[in-house]
Amino acid sequence: MKAIIAATIIGVIMMFASILSNNKSGIVSLATVLFFFLFGINIWEVYESINATGVAAPAYLNNMMSLDSFAIWFSMLMSGCALLYILLLGKEIAKVGKHVGEYFALIAFIMVGIYLLAGYSNMLMLFIGIEILSIPQYILAGSDKRNLKSTEASLKYFLMGSFSTGILLMGIAMLYGATGSFDIINFRMLQTDALNPLALSGILFLIIGLGFKVSAAPMHMWTPDVYDGSPTPFTAFMSTIVKAGVFVAFLRLFHASFGNLTNHWMMIVAVITATTLFIGNITAVFQQSVKRMLAYSSIAQAGFMLFAILSVNATAWQGIVIYAVAYSVATIGMFAVLIKLKDYTYDGFNGLAKKEPALAFFTTIFLMSLAGIPLTGGFMAKYFVLLAAVQQGQVMWLVIFALIMAAVSVYYYFKVIIAMYFKTGEAELNHEVTGYDKLMLGITCLLVILIGLMPQLLLNL
Amino acid sequence: MMLTLLLLIPLIAGILSFFLKGEGVKILALLSTLATLVLSGFVSYEILVAGLSGTNNTLDFSMPWIPQLGTEFSLHADGMSAMLCLLTGIVMPVIIIANWNKEVERPWSFYGLMLLSQAGITGVFLAYDALLFYAFWELALIPVYFLCSQWGGEKRIAVTFKFFVYTFVGSLMMLAALIYLSTLNPGANSYSWANITHAGASLAPETQSWVFWMIFIAFAIKLPIFPFHTWQPDTYEQSPTPVTIILSALMVKMGMFAVLRWLFPMVPQGVAFWSNTVIILSIIGIVYASFLAIVQTDLKRLIAYSSIAHMGLMCAAAFSNTQMGMHGLMVQMFNHGINITGMWLIVSMVENRYGTRDMTKLGGMATAAPQMAIALAIISFANIALPLTNGFIGEFMLFNGIFQSASAYNIVFMAVAGLGIILGAVYTLNMVQKTAFGNTTPMLISKDMTTNESLAMALIVVLVIFLGVYPKPLLELTQSVAQMMVP
Repeated sequence: MKAIIAATIIGVIMMFASILSNNKSGIVSLATVLFFFLFGINIWEVYESINATGVAAPAYLNNMMSLDSFAIWFSMLMSGCALLYILLLGKEIAKVGKHVGEYFALIAFIMVGIYLLAGYSNMLMLFIGIEILSIPQYILAGSDKRNLKSTEASLKYFLMGSFSTGILLMGIAMLYGATGSFDIINFRMLQTDALNPLALSGILFLIIGLGFKVSAAPMHMWTPDVYDGSPTPFTAFMSTIVKAGVFVAFLRLFHASFGNLTNHWMMIVAVITATTLFIGNITAVFQQSVKRMLAYSSIAQAGFMLFAILSVNATAWQGIVIYAVAYSVATIGMFAVLIKLKDYTYDGFNGLAKKEPALAFFTTIFLMSLAGIPLTGGFMAKYFVLLAAVQQGQVMWLVIFALIMAAVSVYYYFKVIIAMYFKTGEAELNHEVTGYDKLMLGITCLLVILIGLMPQLLLNL
Repeated sequence: MMLTLLLLIPLIAGILSFFLKGEGVKILALLSTLATLVLSGFVSYEILVAGLSGTNNTLDFSMPWIPQLGTEFSLHADGMSAMLCLLTGIVMPVIIIANWNKEVERPWSFYGLMLLSQAGITGVFLAYDALLFYAFWELALIPVYFLCSQWGGEKRIAVTFKFFVYTFVGSLMMLAALIYLSTLNPGANSYSWANITHAGASLAPETQSWVFWMIFIAFAIKLPIFPFHTWQPDTYEQSPTPVTIILSALMVKMGMFAVLRWLFPMVPQGVAFWSNTVIILSIIGIVYASFLAIVQTDLKRLIAYSSIAHMGLMCAAAFSNTQMGMHGLMVQMFNHGINITGMWLIVSMVENRYGTRDMTKLGGMATAAPQMAIALAIISFANIALPLTNGFIGEFMLFNGIFQSASAYNIVFMAVAGLGIILGAVYTLNMVQKTAFGNTTPMLISKDMTTNESLAMALIVVLVIFLGVYPKPLLELTQSVAQMMVP
């Protein structure tokens, strides 16, 4: 709860900071310090929850929030990723437009949404969390106001987003009709044999609504345009940390509440997973722009995260945590490199290895992690979610399909490596790569490898 | 501890190389490979002596890695792994010595990647935990991918990418099977060799028969056996010669080794069910690759196809399930690695001097560079398994094994596989004739072997003849493993 309050206060401070000062780099430094502070508070909370073993998870807001150790741990990890994001891309955020303070304020509010989604125990909180998380994103997507693509992205995102929120709300209402409660604990009483049709359609609507938010196919249509059109620093945020937050909400609801109804929804999710993997990977192959490729790749990665949803077991929880962090770290790193380049097409990467060997090396590690090569975080992430699915049984076909799709993904990730190392050309940079950039990217890179070597560090369960 | 050092020396030296500039890299690479040679020789010697005195002749090392996944960092060396580590230990310094005078662009990254690939390959030979094995299996591939793509021939990018994707798909299938097997045996050590082979071997025969293919595809692509071989001639042709040596002398052995160490104990009934199929595929590969080798004019492609034929024979013997075949196979893994290294060294010398690998444009090497011609002749004899060369003892045992196999078609198998020897003589001798004799082609640099080349070549030739005359150390090193695999 401390983190939620702190993030809100940080958001407010950042809003006022921009009134008081016009110094962009000052605001960035302030935000960095505040996010450090936020991370510290999260660690404090984790520390408290470790000491309080045996005590029931504290409930807040009339039992609408239940901050169990998983919620606190996950919030801490996401704050860590957000801090890394600010450290890597803070200066780039300041370049997007005039209202630098507001951007950081919106990011802080999104963090509030993520914390709510990690620990909700009531559908009302789920809904509020999703809204707190979505509305700042609509603004961030359109923050580059002079750019038509950014405005288009914002509008598209807003329309599609509100549409999906409507569907989500509908699902919640139907479940309320079936059970007379918003509390997710009470959904557990739904019985497989005498399932209320209202509840069943409610579950279906929830799958569609949440599927929209995590860009699962066929509800993914908005993703490429929005991710491509938004200013790059915000794409990095939206496609990683935010998405991971929604996934945890998805997981919590479907495992805690509908875990015994798997025979009703598992096949639906399995088909959605297969479609997502297929569309994400195959379409990514044909992209010319690396930014757009990363948008499709984020759909493809969502396909892997969906494995955690459909395997109702403890490994799935571990899997989603590792996946969320490994994928976020590597993708944020990748975007931090991308933003330094003038040309976002594959050709823009030509000859980068000669010009900036360190940068090219880091990019290679990030891409290998995304492709799932062993000893990088991405491998362990894929490993855990697939292990969860194998333990669940019944979906071995999907596991094999996913592995074939992982092989396809090597094609488009390695195209960047091929461009950097094996093609000749002059990769043009926006500005010099400073020692600070290299240091931060190096740390990110080490994190990717560390997760690959010791994924257990991310697990407290 | 020695096993860990075997891994760590190339790994650390490889990483260090990236930070060095100039000549220092070469020296570092040479020193570290010589260190691994000494170390692997020592490991093999210890295992050999322990085996002769009848005590426990394996070395083990293990420490916890990711207990949540049931995997640990565990290394294990028996006669077979020690022998292959020794092969790695011999081949790597030979490569570096032979290329001592050759300029490469960006030597720090070239030698760094070579050493990293050595670390990966050694890891594959030593890993005793399936997930660790998988990690090394992939890691060996990545440096080689970068090596081929940066220093290779004209079509290198497309060719090596095909190679990479091909092998990657195979390994992913293996990963799925490994995950599946590990879930059957939950606990702290579900990936350890003992547990995972137990889990696999207690599966129902029908399950084993499909798990077999999921695992075997990865190895079959690496070997490569027909029809999974299509990446191989192109990749060998396009890679720079040092990398071709790594690919054909060492990485191919990874596939064979993995079949023996992991596949056979893991799905014994699956192996029994499919062994005739695999033998038939291997034998088709022998004949098909031999015929293709006959019509090649490019030296590299010729040797590539000849290598497919040899690997086919080894694979057929592996699946014959006889102790003799198994024992011969282990010896032959070593010998093939030595022979093909010699072969590639000569090809690279020829290419340096004549500026071409096209056999129709070569000739008269025996008068212009007699030392090279003699070396070529010796290695070629070993390649066609003439007695008193190391190739003979291995192939003899392989054929013996196929002949003894319990399969109803053992005689047919042996007869058709024997065709490979005859065809092998045809293309190998034809190659010797065309390059060493005939019209003299002018050399670009008219020079016989330089000192460093002679040194590398001498090492290979001595091994070829020594192991041909006195193969006993090699046989004794691997005997207990062969006895364990086929009692």
